[in-house]
Amino acid sequence: MAEAAVKPQSSAAGATRLKIEGLNAYYGESHVLHGVDIEVKRGEVVALLGRNGAGKTSTLRSVMGLVGRRTGSIVFDGVETAKLAPHRIARLGIGYVPEERGIFASLNVHENLMLPPVIKPGGMSVPDIFTLFPNLKERLYSPGTKLSGGEQQMLAIARILRSGADFILLDEPTEGLAPVIVQQIGAAVRRLKESGLTMIVVEQSIHFVSTIADRFYVMEDGHVVDAMTAAELAANRDRLVTYLGV
Amino acid sequence: MFELLGIPPQALFGQLLLGLINGSFYALLSLGLAVIFGMLNVINFAHGALYMVGAFVAWYLLQYAGIGYWGALIITPVVVGILGLVIEKTMLRHLYKLDHLYGLLLTFGLALILEGGFKYQYGVSGQSYPVPAALNGGTNLGFMFLPFYRGWVVALSIVVCVATWYAIEKTRLGSYLRAATENPKLVQAFGINVPVMITMTYGTGVALAGLAGVMAAPIYSVNPLMGSNLIIVVFAVVVIGGMGSIFGAVASGYLLGLMEGLTKVFLPEASNIVVFLIMVVVLLLRPAGLFGRER
Ligand SMILES: Nc1ncnc2c1ncn2[C@@H]1O[C@H](COP(=O)(O)OP(=O)(O)O)[C@@H](O)[C@H]1O
Ligand SMILES: [Mg+2]
Repeated sequence: MAEAAVKPQSSAAGATRLKIEGLNAYYGESHVLHGVDIEVKRGEVVALLGRNGAGKTSTLRSVMGLVGRRTGSIVFDGVETAKLAPHRIARLGIGYVPEERGIFASLNVHENLMLPPVIKPGGMSVPDIFTLFPNLKERLYSPGTKLSGGEQQMLAIARILRSGADFILLDEPTEGLAPVIVQQIGAAVRRLKESGLTMIVVEQSIHFVSTIADRFYVMEDGHVVDAMTAAELAANRDRLVTYLGV
Repeated sequence: MFELLGIPPQALFGQLLLGLINGSFYALLSLGLAVIFGMLNVINFAHGALYMVGAFVAWYLLQYAGIGYWGALIITPVVVGILGLVIEKTMLRHLYKLDHLYGLLLTFGLALILEGGFKYQYGVSGQSYPVPAALNGGTNLGFMFLPFYRGWVVALSIVVCVATWYAIEKTRLGSYLRAATENPKLVQAFGINVPVMITMTYGTGVALAGLAGVMAAPIYSVNPLMGSNLIIVVFAVVVIGGMGSIFGAVASGYLLGLMEGLTKVFLPEASNIVVFLIMVVVLLLRPAGLFGRER
């Protein structure tokens, strides 16, 4: 954990927390990310948009060190993570909510919730988590995968909040969920933003993130093809619609 | 079926006890195999050889250090466990990226090397190992004679199996293990050092084999082939119980030991093949095993 001390600048508001530069990623022979550059500042919510197969998930997996081979630089809180093992990267304070949610079938809801170790102080307490997601409390001893899709998504987010991670990667949190559940997840994400967490939220459309994100990146075929701030969003909606095909 | 009535209870219960003893070893060994298979996806062919090494470690401790059974019961699993850590870190680890078959081949090779080495040194005749003094003798239960040591083996194996099952199913560390068995990468992405967990799991799994080796030493003689005779049956037990099912491994270990005992009473000719017959039937009717999850 010695590296964590090397970056006094990161405690200042608005300082860069994550800087991805020239990221290339490969699955075996196939080259899926081509020189991706992304920057995220403290307290920001950054949306990563793009159609299916654009490389959004691969970008998040690269940050976590889960992609087989990657080149380029990924600096988090002043630490170059390109050579770190995934558990070392997580311990810098990054929480990962994967696209497939990753709820464990052989663990009950409570065990799923308690699985990620506390990596930083200041994580959400279990009672606070139940206030945020009351459904989880009622199903505490059911097997994790017996929950509905929406409840599994809540659990996937909840367990990361408990760990104290203050930089959160959310991969398509609304995928396949009913509108009422999407609203509940949206309210939760907004609360987390207000509490000062930094987030990257991956989505295929702007509906969910348009009122939450501070900045938007658009990906296509493994490249970042566009970027804009929330203020520029309205003026650029048409362009976005063309990228995303919605 | 008339002979059934002609069986004296002494013979029946004697064979059942023998079956239970064998079942105790099946359970301990298949438990370790199941834990290792779940986490590493490696069918640990070296398991029988490491059980044999465990028995030899106990024998060495007695011969050269004057340390008896009770000391061996503690020291041997540690020694065999450390051997397991070394095997995992220096060899197995490098094969995970390849097909599971390579792990099996490596451990198969290790088993042959270990057995060949001990055979070269000691031949195939056994070294005797005394029953600990405190467990000498036995008691007549009326329907059968129970040697104390055999009762102890059954009891200890049940305690170890239940404790291991509890640790895996009911503790926090066990939830890490179950989760990492399902999705090791995600568990590691939560900040848990999964590579170290894998090493420790292999060490613990083979330590159980080492423990079984010590327990076996006073019953079967300590000899280089004791593991290879046993491990084939244990593989069948694991298949019957269901690959990767902890409960299945333990339950089918005892059940099949008892089945063998019963077969010895009623159809002695079949006693050596009954386990394999059951395995074939289970594979055909329920390939995931009696307690395994169908995928
Ligand atoms: N495990 C994998 N093996 C090989 N190719 C993959 C794998 N995962 C994703 N890909 C490919 O990488 C590209 C980017 O995928 P992904 O990052 O999942 O995109 P997105 O999350 O934007 O839908 C796609 O062409 C996809 O087919
Ligand atoms: Mg994706």
